[in-house]
Amino acid sequence: MTEEIIIAGFGGQGVLSMGKILAYSGIMQNKEVSWMPSYGPEMRGGTSNVTVIISDERISSPCLNQFDTAIILNQQSMDKFEHSVKSGGLLIYDPNGITDHPTRKDINIYQVAATDKASEIGIMKLFNMIVLGGFLKIKSIVTPEMLHKGLEKSLPARHHHLIPDNEKAVEIGKEILKPYHLL
Amino acid sequence: MSKELRLMKGNEAIAEAAIRCGVDGYFGYPITPQSEILEHLMAEKPYEKTGMVVLQAESEVASINMVYGGAATGKRVMTTSSSPGISLMQEGLSYIAGAELPALIVNVVRGGPGLGTIQPSQADYFQTTKGGGHGDYRLITLAPSSVQEMYDFVELGFELAFKYRNPVMILSDGVIGQVMEKVEVDDYKPRWTDEYIKQNFPWAAFGKLPTRNHNIITSLELDSSKQEQVNIRIQSKYKECEAKEVRYEEIMTQDAEYLFVAYGSSARICQKAIELARSEGIKVGLLRPITLWPFPSKALKALGQKMKGILSIEMSAGQMVEDVKLAVECRVPVEHYGRFGGIIPTPTEICEALKKVIAK
Amino acid sequence: MTREEIIKPENLVYRRTPVLTDATMHYCPGCGHGTVHRMIAEVIEEMGIQENTIGIAPVGCSVLAYNYFDVDFIEAAHGRAPAIATAIKRLKPDHFVFSYQGDGDLAAIGTGETIHTCNRGENITMIFVNNGIYGMTGGQMAPTTLEGMKTATSPYGRDREIMGNTLKITELLAQLPGTCYVTRQAVYSPATARKCKKAIRQAFEYQKLGKGVSFVEVVSNCNSGWKLQPVQANEWLVENMLPMFPLGDMKVPDKE
Repeated sequence: MTEEIIIAGFGGQGVLSMGKILAYSGIMQNKEVSWMPSYGPEMRGGTSNVTVIISDERISSPCLNQFDTAIILNQQSMDKFEHSVKSGGLLIYDPNGITDHPTRKDINIYQVAATDKASEIGIMKLFNMIVLGGFLKIKSIVTPEMLHKGLEKSLPARHHHLIPDNEKAVEIGKEILKPYHLL
Repeated sequence: MSKELRLMKGNEAIAEAAIRCGVDGYFGYPITPQSEILEHLMAEKPYEKTGMVVLQAESEVASINMVYGGAATGKRVMTTSSSPGISLMQEGLSYIAGAELPALIVNVVRGGPGLGTIQPSQADYFQTTKGGGHGDYRLITLAPSSVQEMYDFVELGFELAFKYRNPVMILSDGVIGQVMEKVEVDDYKPRWTDEYIKQNFPWAAFGKLPTRNHNIITSLELDSSKQEQVNIRIQSKYKECEAKEVRYEEIMTQDAEYLFVAYGSSARICQKAIELARSEGIKVGLLRPITLWPFPSKALKALGQKMKGILSIEMSAGQMVEDVKLAVECRVPVEHYGRFGGIIPTPTEICEALKKVIAK
Repeated sequence: MTREEIIKPENLVYRRTPVLTDATMHYCPGCGHGTVHRMIAEVIEEMGIQENTIGIAPVGCSVLAYNYFDVDFIEAAHGRAPAIATAIKRLKPDHFVFSYQGDGDLAAIGTGETIHTCNRGENITMIFVNNGIYGMTGGQMAPTTLEGMKTATSPYGRDREIMGNTLKITELLAQLPGTCYVTRQAVYSPATARKCKKAIRQAFEYQKLGKGVSFVEVVSNCNSGWKLQPVQANEWLVENMLPMFPLGDMKVPDKE
C-alpha cells in the first residue's frame, strides 16, 4: 500500500498540522511516512500545501506531481491541484468559497462541508479534523486507535485534553462527507 | 537498547543529532530554510542536558569564526546556514582548512544567485566541492538524501573531520531540510572530557602544558618554502581521503541500460522517476554519490561503461555533470537535466528528459 | 660580571618573564607593541595563569604575536578575534581568554564582532592597540586616524568630508552594558607604562569576576607609519593623539 496525498488550502486552516497528524498516525501503524510542506511566505497567510505519503515500502520521492488523493480547501488550490490527481484517484474538497467546482470525470470526488459545520457548532479550530474525517471515511489507511496515538504524539502534552474533541470532529467529518461525482 | 523512533524535519534531525552525539558547541545565525536547527537547539536546552554551548551569533561571519575558535581548542563545534550565509563563511572555511582544524558545517541550500529564493536548490555544488574560499583546500562533502541521513551524517561528519583535521560540509537542500520522515535517534552520548582531548588531540590550543611548548593554531606561514610544505602535507591528506572515504549508493543498476546520477533530494525524485520509467519498460538505474568530494569517480567509470547513456539530474544549471563527464572520460554520452531558482523537478519531467536521451 | 653573577637576585635589575618566548620580535624600534606584549606576559606570570590562558592574535602588525607569548595562541582572520574569543571562553569558561588587536582589526573590519562581543558581555579581556594608522600594510588610513593626518591613503591629510570622522570606538564600547571595565592607557613613558600594566592586570582580574568584557585601549605610536623618529613619535603622540584619545578609566565595575 502506498497513498500519496496532497493537502492544500490557506495558511492558518491547519493544512500542515492535519498532514502531521496523519503522518504520525502512519508511524504508529508501522508505516513509512513522508511530510513535505510548501514553506516560506505562505506560512504567513497565503496558500499552503503539504505532500503526505504513507506506505508499506520505502518512500522514493517526498516531492510529487501526481497524487492518489487531493484534499482541497480553497479555490487557488483547486486550480493548482485538480489536475494532479491520478486517473481513478480521489479528490475531497470543502465547497466553502469554491466558485469553480471540479470537472474531472475520471476520478472520485467528494465534498466535505467542514467550514459550515465547524462554524455551525462552534469548533472552527477543529475544522481540519473534520476534513481529515472525511478522508479517513474513504481511505481508512490509519485505524482510530492509531489516530489517537498520532494525536498524542503530534499535540503538545498541554493540549492532550483536547484529543476527544479532535476525535469527535473526525467522526463528524465522516458523517457529513457526501459524494459529488463517482466513477 | 532499542532506538527511539521520531518524526522529524531534516533540520530538526541535524540539531537533535548534534545534542545526542555529544557536540560541544553550535554557533549560527538564522536563515530560511534552515532556521529550525537553531530553534530546535534553543528549545531543547542542550546546555542543561549535555553542557553543549549554543549561541546565536551576530552574523555568519562571526559564526564561522566562533567555530574556528572552538575547533582550535579540540572541541567538536559546528555551524549551519543556507547559501547566502555560507557564501559569507567562505573566508572562515579557508582558514579552518588552512589551520587544519576539524569542524562541521551544514548548508541547507536555497536558490541563488544573490538573495535568490528560499526554495530548494543544488546550485552550491561548485562552491562546496571546488573551493569557495581561497587557496588549495577541499571540503569533505556529505550529501544526505533522507532525514535519517541528516541525523547520521552529523556524527559521521565529526568522525571524518577529526580523522583528517579538515572541515566537513553536509550539503543538503530545502527539501531534505523541511521534509519530515521517520528517524531513529540514539541515546545521549557524553561530550568528550578535557582529559580525552588532551590525550587524543595534542595539537589543540587548550592551554599550555608544562611538558610542551605553546601550541599555535594558525594558517599563516610567511616563508613560502615552508608554506609549500604545508600545502604538500594537506594534499597528501586529501589523497588519502580520496582513496578511503568515497561513499555512494547504487539503486536498480543490475540490469540498467541507462543511468541517473543524482544526489540529495534529486536522488529521491529520481527513484520515483525510475518507478515510472520501469513501468514503461525503460531499464534505468541510479548512482547516488553520498560523498560529493571525494567524488565516486571510479565507481561511476566502471558502471558507466555498461550504460548506453547517463543523465545527471541536479537542481542547478549543470554543475555535478562536469564531474560525471570527467569520471566516464567521455566514453558514454552524458547529459544534464535540471531545474533551478528553487523549482523542484517532477518525476514525470525527469522521465521525459530520459526519453529524450534515449531518442538521441 | 659573568652571566651567573648577573642573574643573582642581588645583582638582577631586569628579568625577562618566561611567559615571553626567545623569539626575536619583528617590531620596529620604538614601537609600543613590544612593551604591551611584555606587560601582558608579566601579568600572566604574576597571576600564575600561563597554563590556562589562551590568546588570540589579530591580522596587522601584531599578527605574529603568537610567536612571542609562551601560551597557547590562535591566529584569527582579520577582525574576528572577538568571535574566536567568545567561542573559546564559552567552551572553556575556566580559562583566561584574551584578544590582542589593532585599530584596523578591532575598529574597522571587525567592528561588528567587537560591538556584539562587548554587548553580549563575554567574560574575556580585549587589548586594543591604537596607533591611528595601518602599520603592516604600509601606513594607510585607519578608522582612528586623526583629522588632517597624512597617511598613504590620505596623502593630503584626512579630510572628514571625503574620508569620514575619526572613530572613538572605546567611548562607544564603554556605553554597552556588556563591558565591565573600559580604560584607555599609553606606553610612551615609564609612568604611563606602569599605569598601563596595572590596568592590564586589573583587566585580567576582572575577567575572574565574570562580569563581562574588560577592555584596555593602549594609545601607541607608529614611527614608521608616522615617518618620525621614536622620540619625536612619542612627542607627536602626546601633542596630537592624546587630545583626541584622552587617557583614563571610562568604566570601572561597581565595588560589591
